[in-house]
Amino acid sequence: MSAEKPGWRTLTRGAVITKPGSAREFLTGDWRTKRPVLTESKCTNCLFCWLWCPEPAILRGPKTVSFDYNYCKGCGICAVECPVKAITMVEEA
Amino acid sequence: MSKMAKPELVPMNGSEAIAKAVVQSNVDFISAYPITPQTIIVERLSDLVATGETRAKFVNVESEHSALSACVGASLAGGRVFTATSSQGLALMHEVLYLTSGLRCPIVMAVANRALSAPISIHGDHSDMMGSRDSGWIQLYAENAQEAYDWMIQAYGIAEDERVALPFSVNMDGYVITHSVEPISLIDNSVVSKFLPPRQPPMKLDTENPITFGTLTLPDYYSEFKRQQEEAMRNVPEVFTEVTKDFTQLTGRHYDRLIPYELENAKVAIVSLGSASGTIRWVARNMRKKGLPVGALKVQLYRPFPHEDVAKLLEHLDVVIVLERALSPGAHCGPLASDVVCSLYNHSEQPKIMDVVAGLGGRDLSPESIEKIYRTGLEATKPTGLEMEFVGVRE
Repeated sequence: MSAEKPGWRTLTRGAVITKPGSAREFLTGDWRTKRPVLTESKCTNCLFCWLWCPEPAILRGPKTVSFDYNYCKGCGICAVECPVKAITMVEEA
Repeated sequence: MSKMAKPELVPMNGSEAIAKAVVQSNVDFISAYPITPQTIIVERLSDLVATGETRAKFVNVESEHSALSACVGASLAGGRVFTATSSQGLALMHEVLYLTSGLRCPIVMAVANRALSAPISIHGDHSDMMGSRDSGWIQLYAENAQEAYDWMIQAYGIAEDERVALPFSVNMDGYVITHSVEPISLIDNSVVSKFLPPRQPPMKLDTENPITFGTLTLPDYYSEFKRQQEEAMRNVPEVFTEVTKDFTQLTGRHYDRLIPYELENAKVAIVSLGSASGTIRWVARNMRKKGLPVGALKVQLYRPFPHEDVAKLLEHLDVVIVLERALSPGAHCGPLASDVVCSLYNHSEQPKIMDVVAGLGGRDLSPESIEKIYRTGLEATKPTGLEMEFVGVRE
């Protein structure tokens, strides 16, 4: 496991979370094994990916979409649904 | 002892003694569902709540699963909490037992030990608690009603200690302890209040200071919290010693994790839990009068198991007989023998271990049957090894 995570001696007893509203700090993007990568020249900003994404992990922009890697779990639905094949799934390092 | 006034003895069965101890411990919250042979505890507590003898809140529920769930909520809110059950009821609580220990709720539960169905039996053995052995609860087996009463009070002292913060089950053999009337030496309310000040948890459910209990942990965190629980169990012996010492100062009654009897120069000993232990010591004493080298070891605290002390007390014996009032079908031995064998594994001297399954479903463990078990041990020949057998079962 990653070295920076706290050990049992420092964690709160019984897995209590002492800070209210801290769920927003729980980034679930590290569940991902593949990440979507955009070829901007192909993107038509049709927002099919934005509609299909089961997480709000596609961010809209004026010319193209982009990805919120803090929450994208790498399911690959966007890459499959993209009508112009602008999204490729790449192995996470 | 000599300085203390001789306490008045009151006739009570084990269940009434438990109910009395719950009231004296200033419990805030009780939720329990009646089941034979625990029913009297719930009935007495209902009476005591209804007549205003305790300020505890009693919540009626439709099952044991709900009873313990309600208790968990009350404990997280900072209350001192009690419940009681038996057999099928404990089985129905099973998943909540793990929540209680994982959420570190120092709830105390009286378990009126009873066999599990099928076939249906309402009588005593240890199958119920042994089925929940690994649920993370401190597990103590009382020998009689006085011990059950004294342990209810000491249990809160241990469970609520910050070094521990674990739930505690006080086990008492169904009928033999729950229903037999014995002379009980009660402790004054003022003494109990001094011994058990109100619970002061460092974290609790509080709308002014919101925190989250019952969180999700993924594979990168779960193990750390299980390790915390194990550490809490490892802290129990130290706290146990402190609490029992304080209790002795107030009452003159002394308790320990293990109660050895004439083990020093014995060759054969019976290891036991619960109410049979008194009969075993009585038989051992009579056999000693005839010059037979027998002894006994009562395991009072079963979880955490006092491995090192068990080994020290037993390693010099020729034969260790484990009286097993629970069955682990298909295992090489029952749960108690498994702990005894595990304790002795790292020691150079290895007694022969005989695991004797007896007293299931309330079958009487008479002095004659205990003597017969001792004699089987005395006649056993080395070498060392582990054997399991049923005693007193018709072919």
